Amino acid sequence: MVKKIFGQAYIWLILLLMYLPILVLIAFSFTTSTNVGVWNGFSFELYPALFKNKEVMVALANTLIIAVSAAVVSTILGTLGAVGAFYSGKKFRKGYEFVNQIPVVNAEIVMALSLAIMFAALPSVIFKADLRCYWTLLIGHVVLGAPFVFISVKPKLQQMDPSLYEAAIDLGAKPHQALWKVTLPEILPGVFSGFLLAITLSLDDFIISQFTTGPGLLSAGDPKIVTLSILVQDKIKKGPIPPVLRALTTIIFILVVLGVIGVSIYRSYQAKHIKKKVRV
Amino acid sequence: MKSSKPKFALFKRKYLCIPYGLFLVMFIIIPILIIVYYAFTDDNGMPSINALVGFFTNWSKVNVLITSVFIALQTTLLCLLIGYPLAYFLADKKVNKNAVLITLFVAPMWINFVLRTGATRDLLTWMGINGGNMPYLATLIGMVQNYLPFVILPLYTTMLKLDKSQIEAAADLGANPFQVFYKSILPQSVPGIVSACTMTFMPTMSSYVISDTLSEGKITLFGNYIYLDFANNLWHDGSFMALIMLVIIGISMFLTREKGGAEQKGGKSW
Repeated sequence: MVKKIFGQAYIWLILLLMYLPILVLIAFSFTTSTNVGVWNGFSFELYPALFKNKEVMVALANTLIIAVSAAVVSTILGTLGAVGAFYSGKKFRKGYEFVNQIPVVNAEIVMALSLAIMFAALPSVIFKADLRCYWTLLIGHVVLGAPFVFISVKPKLQQMDPSLYEAAIDLGAKPHQALWKVTLPEILPGVFSGFLLAITLSLDDFIISQFTTGPGLLSAGDPKIVTLSILVQDKIKKGPIPPVLRALTTIIFILVVLGVIGVSIYRSYQAKHIKKKVRV
Repeated sequence: MKSSKPKFALFKRKYLCIPYGLFLVMFIIIPILIIVYYAFTDDNGMPSINALVGFFTNWSKVNVLITSVFIALQTTLLCLLIGYPLAYFLADKKVNKNAVLITLFVAPMWINFVLRTGATRDLLTWMGINGGNMPYLATLIGMVQNYLPFVILPLYTTMLKLDKSQIEAAADLGANPFQVFYKSILPQSVPGIVSACTMTFMPTMSSYVISDTLSEGKITLFGNYIYLDFANNLWHDGSFMALIMLVIIGISMFLTREKGGAEQKGGKSW
């Protein structure tokens, strides 16, 4: 009993400490002061101001575009790679998996630096200056996401019944039909969680974005794609978090909470479903 | 049987790995080779060990390495001290029946990392702990705050698999709670501890936003220095430091490959 009370108190205390900075930002998103800790009276002003702030909105749009496109590319490449490697010879597969593991265990800054130096050393013909930011940024984020898609698809292939594909071929399906109609549905959960992981990593990324976009890489005067992370880092270097970003934090937090509620509903639904199946 | 479908003989499923294979070569292997190249050449492209000599004779750079290792060790240790009992309680059905709680501990990762770091900085400044007066403490708090989820997740996964009957048997046979922990629970959770350490130690050493923001530029870690070298066009020096990082990672991977196991890495894929 003592253990239960102590354990629960500990869990909630750490949870509170982990969320405290975010909760404070949220509380102060309802006042217009420049600093956290100064209360200027209750107001909703920051919220309309957030949506009118072009800089933040552009950064947000960039972040979402990069995250979705990088996740799509990562998912396609990673899934194809996982399927292909799974049916290759053992030695080749081990080597392939080893290379795939490099970006997973490597320090992000090392990957970022190596990519940035390579892009900077490439002749500008390959990447036209105005497009260069986008492509280099996209490649950086695919390097971040694709290995995790590979890792989440691999176990699904191992669980799959290998004779399913053979049966489809024997029954007259062409390889692409068999892959699309038999293999893909079997590994879909892995593909999906890989996709979500790639989006999460991309949304959260700062270091790779910083190195694969920006003036360090491009000559002065070239455009630079600013993602949310780059924008926020630029601001907090000079001073406290700008007031409008406090409002943005609140909105992101609400979305995260909705996500957590969604996950828990899905889990309890799944649990009930399994119980029913077991009873039958 | 096989001769009856000659049309498909050209296609093999293993060919599907070609696009991603090319991608891996172009954007992972070649960039790393370029770093190795830059680490051991000079501005004229001639082989040189200037970067190596420069690194080990420059006391401030060696100092950065020592500081980074020190902060990374402290962060890992603190995260383990906080995260270990937490994971234990979360996995104990008597204490916590709610599986959603673990999602809550991972959820901060969905809020932008830089925004979170800024939030921590602003709160600490409000509390009077800032880069001006306590840069080291502020950095450490920020690190623990950020890397705690990475420790909780692998530990929680291991704790779920603890052999409950062995623990009960130990207690029944007269072991006191300390002995039960030391002789039964701790050895069983070693894989989780190892993978928690690898997921905290290296990222802490190479992180640069947290130390830069929370210490207001007063504490320079390995990651900061690599960035500074790159920003100042010192590619050779930066590449050499990145190479050192790569070697340290390689060694730690080699040392932990048995105990951590590949499945523990999957713990990251919540």
